[in-house]
Amino acid sequence: MKSDNKIIIVEPSPIISAGLASYFDDTKQISIVSQLDRIDRMEEKLAAYNPDILIINPLLIAYDTNEQFLKICRDFSNVIPVALVSSYIDSGILKQFKDVIEINDSKQKVISKIFNLLSDSNTSQDKPESVELSNRETDVLVALVKGMTNKEISDKLFISVHTVITHRKNIIRKTGIKSVSGLTVYALLNNLVDESEIYGN
Amino acid sequence: MQKILIIMKNIFSENMKMADLVLGNSKLLLMFPRFGMDLGFGDHSIAEVCAMNNVNTTFFLMICNVYCNNDYTPSPDDIAAVDLKALVNYLLESHKYYLNERLPHIEEHLNHIINACNPKYGKMLHRFFEEYKNEVVDHFIYEEKKVFPYLQQLVNQNVKTDYKIKVFHENHTNIEDKLSDLMNILVKYLPADVFPKERIEIALDINELSADLMSHALIEERILIPFVESLEA
Repeated sequence: MKSDNKIIIVEPSPIISAGLASYFDDTKQISIVSQLDRIDRMEEKLAAYNPDILIINPLLIAYDTNEQFLKICRDFSNVIPVALVSSYIDSGILKQFKDVIEINDSKQKVISKIFNLLSDSNTSQDKPESVELSNRETDVLVALVKGMTNKEISDKLFISVHTVITHRKNIIRKTGIKSVSGLTVYALLNNLVDESEIYGN
Repeated sequence: MQKILIIMKNIFSENMKMADLVLGNSKLLLMFPRFGMDLGFGDHSIAEVCAMNNVNTTFFLMICNVYCNNDYTPSPDDIAAVDLKALVNYLLESHKYYLNERLPHIEEHLNHIINACNPKYGKMLHRFFEEYKNEVVDHFIYEEKKVFPYLQQLVNQNVKTDYKIKVFHENHTNIEDKLSDLMNILVKYLPADVFPKERIEIALDINELSADLMSHALIEERILIPFVESLEA
């Protein structure tokens, strides 16, 4: 297991959220990097912190936002989603999660669940961190090599400029390429864009 | 402590044999043409070779030290003694070397790859390298047309502009990024069947060039900028 594992908690009740976070106070390998009470800014935080685990109350994923949640899970496929359950939740919803924490679980039980998840994920992908660009990062990359500014990308993809910048940092880290013209070559080599879209004719 | 300070101050000394200096620090090889010195030093000391070529020994040692030790910072006294003409001349010679020797060398190899691979990829590699060359040329032109004349005015105490070296410091663009991008493209992303030998040649060239550009930037940051700041003060 790594020495610095990051968790984001998304839970509407501040008491539950704070209580759960306090479970990890004396666990050095784990830090709670962000606590949210709604899911609107979740994508931004995921991009910013690149956490290992996302603990979320499934009640926040109402039927109309389920699609959005699934998409976020696909975009951040290296984040392990864990449900934080305080009432009855349909099993169809729960199966989207790797594990379930119930609010009456003991501290020891919660920590052991989290540790198991973290060590599983490390052994199953016991290679350097995933370098595959996520769908979202690919969207940003394509827009970038077409010459769009951060602001234009943010408007087009409905994300904040801050999130665009975070995606750009991740793109640089994953590809090892810093300049836009270098990324253009990368995008062409990987058939992410067509020549005519970049250089005109 | 005293001892460490002395080592830090003069890692190379003028009584060392020039040949030993080079044999022990091969990255200094590139530096000699810029001082107009030719190899074949025999057993002459650094001071002797410098004298034969009309090069200021202190300045020569300062450049060697910056080149070989990333942590080396010349003392304010050393900086104050710098001869502007020698410094500018050194930097100009470096620019010439990059533009007339190193880049064409890389370009020649790259052209072989460009001509051999899928024209779609070839075209974009060509475009990428052209952009990089322009960036380097712009960077050098800026220094030669804007910065160096300003230095001359400073030394002559006849400053005609309100330009300050701080502006240079802030705008000192990084011309190494695209090189490392090119390296990544060659090593990771270009399909494996394209000119494997040629690619290794280019990779070696790029390594050498980026190490030298790094030292070049250090010389500007550790010698040129402090020197000018002392004059501006």
